[in-house]
Amino acid sequence: MKKVYGSAAEALEGLLKDDMLIAAGGFGLCGIPEMLIDAIVDSGVKNLTVASNNAGVDGFGLGKLLDSRQIKKMMSSYVGENAEFMRQYLSGELELEFNPQGTLAERMRAGGCGIPGFYTKTGVGTVIAEGKDVKTWGDQDYILEEGIFADLAIVKAWKADTTGNCIFRKTARNFNPPAAMCGKICVMEVEEIVQPGELDPDHIHLPGIYVHRIVQGEHEKRIEQRTVRQREGV
Amino acid sequence: MAWDRNQMAARAAQELDDGMYVNLGIGIPTLVANYVGDKDITLQSENGMLGMGPFPYEGDEDPDLINAGKQTITEMDRTAYFDSATSFGMIRGGKIAAAILGAMEVSENGDLANWMIPGKLVKGMGGAMDLVAGVGKVIVVMDHTNKHGASKVLTDCTLPLTGKGVVDRIITNLGVLDVVAGGLRIVECADGVTEQELRSATEATIVS
Repeated sequence: MKKVYGSAAEALEGLLKDDMLIAAGGFGLCGIPEMLIDAIVDSGVKNLTVASNNAGVDGFGLGKLLDSRQIKKMMSSYVGENAEFMRQYLSGELELEFNPQGTLAERMRAGGCGIPGFYTKTGVGTVIAEGKDVKTWGDQDYILEEGIFADLAIVKAWKADTTGNCIFRKTARNFNPPAAMCGKICVMEVEEIVQPGELDPDHIHLPGIYVHRIVQGEHEKRIEQRTVRQREGV
Repeated sequence: MAWDRNQMAARAAQELDDGMYVNLGIGIPTLVANYVGDKDITLQSENGMLGMGPFPYEGDEDPDLINAGKQTITEMDRTAYFDSATSFGMIRGGKIAAAILGAMEVSENGDLANWMIPGKLVKGMGGAMDLVAGVGKVIVVMDHTNKHGASKVLTDCTLPLTGKGVVDRIITNLGVLDVVAGGLRIVECADGVTEQELRSATEATIVS
């Protein structure tokens, strides 16, 4: 079982093809697979559909794949931080499918669990419900949402062992586990690779069965909104 | 006279009881955390955290630790982290006692519009639709009228909805209203605001 690769490009070798659906982890710029995004930019693969809560910012994260026009469609809940995204969307170059954030996360989780559809009350009575099947339980309506089955998942964790068992750090966990689960193949980048046995089996956040290829590297980890408070009594 | 942003936040904080798990939206709702006093409130951040602490001291910022507004924050002794599917599982599953959110419009049957204005830049609903559908109580905090003086408390919302029949209580600069059968009921008027002033700034039906 060889899961560890020497570079992001090697870890993606043979996996990328035009028109594929990629699920990406991360929330804003927190916990995004920076190295794998860069390698996908370099690969030149195009007409991608990307399921990701956000779309990066101009020139960083998924924003790089927008700048290079490799994305055809985004499935996201919030895209407000990216001027190039807005320009492409308003000019009709880019498709956008808005998903409520929890619906997007659950669509990924469901896909990873072999569940093709589920009913949720999120979005009932809104534009999100248009064209979707409605069922009533009790006095509450629920709409049908579909699981996401991605061709490829790209995610970022803090530490993984060589079999792919991994742990995330603080709020950088976010969409990474559900995105990893819904990929037919999942490539994970980490800050540190350790040997099996070094991570406490009771503390694994995502078991290695969901992780097919691993690459270790340096992360820029850009902060989107730097907010601080003043020290008292200085 | 009317309430300012901080007074609205302080009034909203009175809605919270000891032991509650609460989600605060961006803007005035964020200020509510400053007014919970001695009450034991646990704040949820929907990107995957319970027990959200204050902003870090300069130099202590951690790019792996942000809130749903992408701001750097801190953890507390009680903090727990989890993934987005689990986070919205607890939201959709009704485990979060209350959400305090901003709004563009609220209607007399509790419809909420706070995520898009057609023809303008559309940023997305984020977690707002999940929150209003799932949490125990939805409290809206907003100005009673827009910058043109038109009421934001309406018979029907004109903007695309975030949720239908989801709002329980509205706290504005002019007072507090509850969504009840047949319309809105005035709970209280803000300091120096008369009931007549509150009524005249409200397009929605007020039942007494």
